[in-house]
Amino acid sequence: MSKDRASRRLPILLCIVASLMLTIAPVPDWAEVYRPDWVPLTLIYWSMLLPRTYSIGWAWVIGLIVDVAQGTLFGQHALALVLIIYIAVKFHLQIRVFPMLQMTATVFALIALYQFILFWINGVAGINAPAVTYWGPVVTGTLIWPLLSVIYGNIRYSASARS
Amino acid sequence: MVAARSERSHRAPHSRALGLRFSLLAGLSILLLVVDHRDNHLDTVRKAIGATVYPLRVVVDAPVSTWRWISETTTSRSDLQSENDRLNIERLLTHARLQQFAALEAENSRLLAMLDATKRVRNQVRVAKIMSVSSDPFQHDLVIDKGSRDGVYNGQAMINDQGVIGQVVETGLLSSRGILISDPDHALPIELNRNGLRTVALGTGKHDELNLPFLPNNADIEVDDLLVTSGLGGAFPPGYPVATITSVIRNPQEPFAEVTAQPIASLDQVRELMLIWNDAGETDSEESEDE
Repeated sequence: MSKDRASRRLPILLCIVASLMLTIAPVPDWAEVYRPDWVPLTLIYWSMLLPRTYSIGWAWVIGLIVDVAQGTLFGQHALALVLIIYIAVKFHLQIRVFPMLQMTATVFALIALYQFILFWINGVAGINAPAVTYWGPVVTGTLIWPLLSVIYGNIRYSASARS
Repeated sequence: MVAARSERSHRAPHSRALGLRFSLLAGLSILLLVVDHRDNHLDTVRKAIGATVYPLRVVVDAPVSTWRWISETTTSRSDLQSENDRLNIERLLTHARLQQFAALEAENSRLLAMLDATKRVRNQVRVAKIMSVSSDPFQHDLVIDKGSRDGVYNGQAMINDQGVIGQVVETGLLSSRGILISDPDHALPIELNRNGLRTVALGTGKHDELNLPFLPNNADIEVDDLLVTSGLGGAFPPGYPVATITSVIRNPQEPFAEVTAQPIASLDQVRELMLIWNDAGETDSEESEDE
């Protein structure tokens, strides 16, 4: 049983690690602004499907790692992630039966909320950045969600088929 | 969907605990934010988490460094030869310049000795590689592969072969974070090489521009003047080139002139840099941190 669980968990952990790596991977200057929020997208997907395992505790710890990796205020990404994952877990039964279009709209709202919290904390701390740095990831994140959910869906099916 | 059904049956207690946990974690995050913004008490925590991120950085950096390794090992013989020739010429030129420099240095120390001044210390230098740069366009920082294990300290100066690049703001065990002189949060004490006029250069968020906001309209400053570090902040040793003046706008209605400068080191193209151990400045390096 425990071995079963481990083999089912491993692919998901790899997804999370990959999303962290995509967050710190170097890209050209012009593309920085449009880097999708890989970590929140990944966490939304898995917390929505497996809310008992991947809940806000995970979101908090991973948020702190993102904070350290990006050198932002300690707790900034953690707070934003905890809030959106809280919403995703709270309404996971509704969200996961949504048709793709509606689900993408929900993800858009969640990512926008995530960026708004980052923006808000930056504003309180006196860090200014142009609006495109907040909107860019929302747009690209929403556009990439359908593709990402298909990929994660495949990972989920192959993982459950193996165990 | 067995999992879903079992969840539904436990939904009420689960969601209540969820709300409680949410408020706890959110409160904790806000507490961390406030503590981190006020003071730097969380350095050890950051260091511990940074150690977990380090392997990720290495993996992310692997394709780039592999590509560099491949292109380095597969360069053709003629390329290598021409590079070798170029380097040889460069070496001759620098040697020629250095001969003069040695004489000048001897003369300088003689003069300083006559004036009873302390001798200028030659700084210890070490090369570090850049592992990643910030993903935020308005936060010009980078991560280097040397940490407190190598003796790196907060406030340490980073230069390259052209000029000053920035300073270390956060040291981990194996890697550290530095901010560039073009970061909007960075201020650098400088002086004009021509006449010793002292001022401060602020970052603007653009890689090729610094701002000198505190120069009066009648200051003796011209386009193409060289700016060097003054060494007054304690973090940077004096005399390293920083930037050249690109424009001076004197508006009689304003108390200060609008002066901009261009950093000599191309800040967006660095791959390797040098860390300087400033023996004089090590004691008061804490003060040099801005914010």
